[in-house]
Amino acid sequence: MSQPAVIDHFEAPTDEPEYKKINYLNVDRGVRSWLLTLDHKRIGVMYMASVLLFFLVGGIFAMLVRLELTTPEPTLISANTYNRAFTLHGVIMIFLFMIPAIPGIFGNFFIPLMVGAKDVAFPRLNLLSLYVFWAGAILAVSAMATGGLDTGWTFYAPYSTTTPATTFPALLGVFILGFSSILTGLNFIVTVHSLRAPGITWMRLPLFVWALYATSIIQVLATPVVGLAALLVGIERVGGFGLFDPGRGGDPILFQHLFWFYSHPAVYIMVLPGMGVISEVIAAMSRKNVFGYKMVAYSSLGIAFVGFFAWGHHMFVTGQSVLDNGAFAVISMLIGVFTAIKVFNWIGTLYKGSIAVKTPLLYACGFLFFIVFGGMTGIAVATVSLDVHWHDTYFVVAHFHFIMVGGVIMAFLAGLHYWFPKMFGKMYHEGWGMTAAAFIILGFNATFIPQFLLGNAGMPRRYYMYPERFTALNVASTAGSSLLAFGFVIILIYLIFALVRGKVAGSNPWGSRGYEWETSSPPIKENFEVTPVITRDPHSYQNPGEEVEHVVV
Amino acid sequence: MTDLMRRMLWLPEQASTFASAVDRLHFIVVTVTMIASVGVGLMAFAFFFIYRERVERASTPIVNPGARFEFVVIVVPLFMFLWWFVVGYRDYVWYATPPKDTFDVYVMGKKWMWKFAYPEGPNAVGTLHVPADRPVRLLMTSRDVIHSFYVPDFRIKQDVVPGRYTETWFQATKPGRYQVLCAEYCGTWHSQMWGEIVVMPAPEFDAWMADQKRGLSTRVDTGGDDGMGNFRGSIVEYGKRVAVSQGCLKCHTVDGEPHIGPTWLDMYMRKETLETGETIIADEAYLTDSMIDPRGKVVKGFKPVMPTFKGRLTAPDTAALVEYIKSLHSNSLENTPSKEAVYEPAGRH
Repeated sequence: MSQPAVIDHFEAPTDEPEYKKINYLNVDRGVRSWLLTLDHKRIGVMYMASVLLFFLVGGIFAMLVRLELTTPEPTLISANTYNRAFTLHGVIMIFLFMIPAIPGIFGNFFIPLMVGAKDVAFPRLNLLSLYVFWAGAILAVSAMATGGLDTGWTFYAPYSTTTPATTFPALLGVFILGFSSILTGLNFIVTVHSLRAPGITWMRLPLFVWALYATSIIQVLATPVVGLAALLVGIERVGGFGLFDPGRGGDPILFQHLFWFYSHPAVYIMVLPGMGVISEVIAAMSRKNVFGYKMVAYSSLGIAFVGFFAWGHHMFVTGQSVLDNGAFAVISMLIGVFTAIKVFNWIGTLYKGSIAVKTPLLYACGFLFFIVFGGMTGIAVATVSLDVHWHDTYFVVAHFHFIMVGGVIMAFLAGLHYWFPKMFGKMYHEGWGMTAAAFIILGFNATFIPQFLLGNAGMPRRYYMYPERFTALNVASTAGSSLLAFGFVIILIYLIFALVRGKVAGSNPWGSRGYEWETSSPPIKENFEVTPVITRDPHSYQNPGEEVEHVVV
Repeated sequence: MTDLMRRMLWLPEQASTFASAVDRLHFIVVTVTMIASVGVGLMAFAFFFIYRERVERASTPIVNPGARFEFVVIVVPLFMFLWWFVVGYRDYVWYATPPKDTFDVYVMGKKWMWKFAYPEGPNAVGTLHVPADRPVRLLMTSRDVIHSFYVPDFRIKQDVVPGRYTETWFQATKPGRYQVLCAEYCGTWHSQMWGEIVVMPAPEFDAWMADQKRGLSTRVDTGGDDGMGNFRGSIVEYGKRVAVSQGCLKCHTVDGEPHIGPTWLDMYMRKETLETGETIIADEAYLTDSMIDPRGKVVKGFKPVMPTFKGRLTAPDTAALVEYIKSLHSNSLENTPSKEAVYEPAGRH
């Protein structure tokens, strides 16, 4: 085989960084060329713009909730406004940020690059998924804004079927959003199976691709169930059927089963892509092969599989049978084991590395702490006797924010900083990056550690007013959240500055061996000049001609 | 040690037999969690320093886990988590299985109040009286949406579901007052759906119960509509708000200080001499009468200056005020001895 296309390019650190003049961003011009593009990278960028907008909106509602809770009495807003605010925060963050963020942005942008393909398997379907996302998002947000949805993101029946607020359009929005998620997942599965470049065997897939592959399976299999549940609530509202409302012969607990059958796996739709990002970032920043690559890859599949059978741990106090509670508790423990494998392997990857502490790695370090703390408090709430006290208190709120914010958002920020130079060809200011990371990690701890204690003390979630003994911890949490918010503002400023006036990054500023770094920054529309042929692992950091030590721990 | 841990973790009092078992496992789990997460974070930091980049773009050794390492990282967490599961599940099964000889109370949740009914008749809104050191079982249902009956001091919580009965039980260990919170989001005033459990020493409880059965209480079953609008907290707290908003406290004190009207402290069941020379017991009937027709029976030494509140107080307002006055007693749960003397019945019914 002639080898002009073989990717085995080692960029010397002294190479003058080059900004690719004609790239995917400017090869076609005009709004039309963006709205009708089939380029996975442009779709990824459009996902980024939309999803970050929703993150901003969801964040504003989070701050509103935190501000309201600074005093035990009514502070800023009325009880009904508060209930709408936390509903908007939850629905927007879960359905419009967490679920689409990493797959929509980095998955779309990097999966084809990481498997050496020109695009995803179904580019038109990919564009459709974005439009479906917009349709669902606009419907859901406008319905919530005008209809005053106050059910929380969990839509528990029979509250949701009897509240005076308008629920049907919002539920329809969630239903539509589900299709976007399914289309994206389907696309990734087919892409990974059929579009890998010559030489990329399954065992040479970057771990980010493995993680998104596992995620996609969940998206395709679980999302229909939440769509179904949302639709059934809507039908009950509109048609007056007694599906969940016991007043009409329905069963309210049935709704919870349907809801959590999706929404528990949905946690892994959110967190698995984050784990994939962390695998990439830690390998690149420590210039190390991933310690136990196969274990990390298979544990993603393990989490995806076991995650389907753990939903009942959200329902320990509903009156579910004692036997069921035990079964769901044991299964939940297994998820902790798979996560533990990943954590040990990430630490193992750092071992004997050549570590450059840059912004993405700071976030990865934060991620490691948060995922262990958040994960083990997850095991704690899956321990049935403990959950009886903690269920529906701020302990649970703090636990899942440790996973969602501490896990997913740290991973998102790690990925954003790691891939920003590839996506836009520009480099952000490292000092400001580190500063913002410090604000975010400290602010996050200051926000959510008090909430664990609030849960211990017995403060239930979704409380507008609370007994006075909870005041100190609530004030502490709100103070912490302002640090966290400040960190995000810093990031927004320096990233916009970097886009406009940032230094040219060059095709591979980190010296990463990931396949996506083997093309120019920003990439050309076709991704690679010629179809690459891969002859090495994506996480191998052995310079050619150098003998390296092989260690088995 | 236990108490120190409990305070550091902001846990409420351990006021039930279940609470100490829960907290014991809680302490272990939280300690291991903190050690593991801080350990992992510090280890990552240490590696950042130890293996810092010394040569740009350096080659690194290929390090992989051996079979023994893989075995350890799977088996150690697995067994630790399973151990927690076994202990937690054992405690849970104990909690999920009420003993045979429980004292039963029916609980109904509705937006946004708790109603309690004893099988033999008496019922109450917001406040549940139970004996200490006896198992109490709650049979619960909801009239509208799902609520959740949560007593932090007892470490118990049980969803209250419309269309079906759920049950929970507890055995309180210390007399006192414990807050009941609703833990399942149920709408506008979810955060104010509070109640109170009053745990009394068993003999006192029996006496209280006997009084209840004799119809001493004039407490009205408020039925479908509690009439309290946005119900805030227990009925006693509601009564306090009524007292403030109606201006009662401009003339009546609650701390025993003399003022224009008689103090409310220890007023309930107090023996009073009226202007007419007649003596009465300030029971619920008298208190209610005095709100509606204050000049009818004026206590000796006070001027008949109180205006009538007829039409200004709804029935639940009145009940709540009475409950509030009843709650104002200087020596906690002790009833005044006069009560027994006056209401000594001819024979047990």
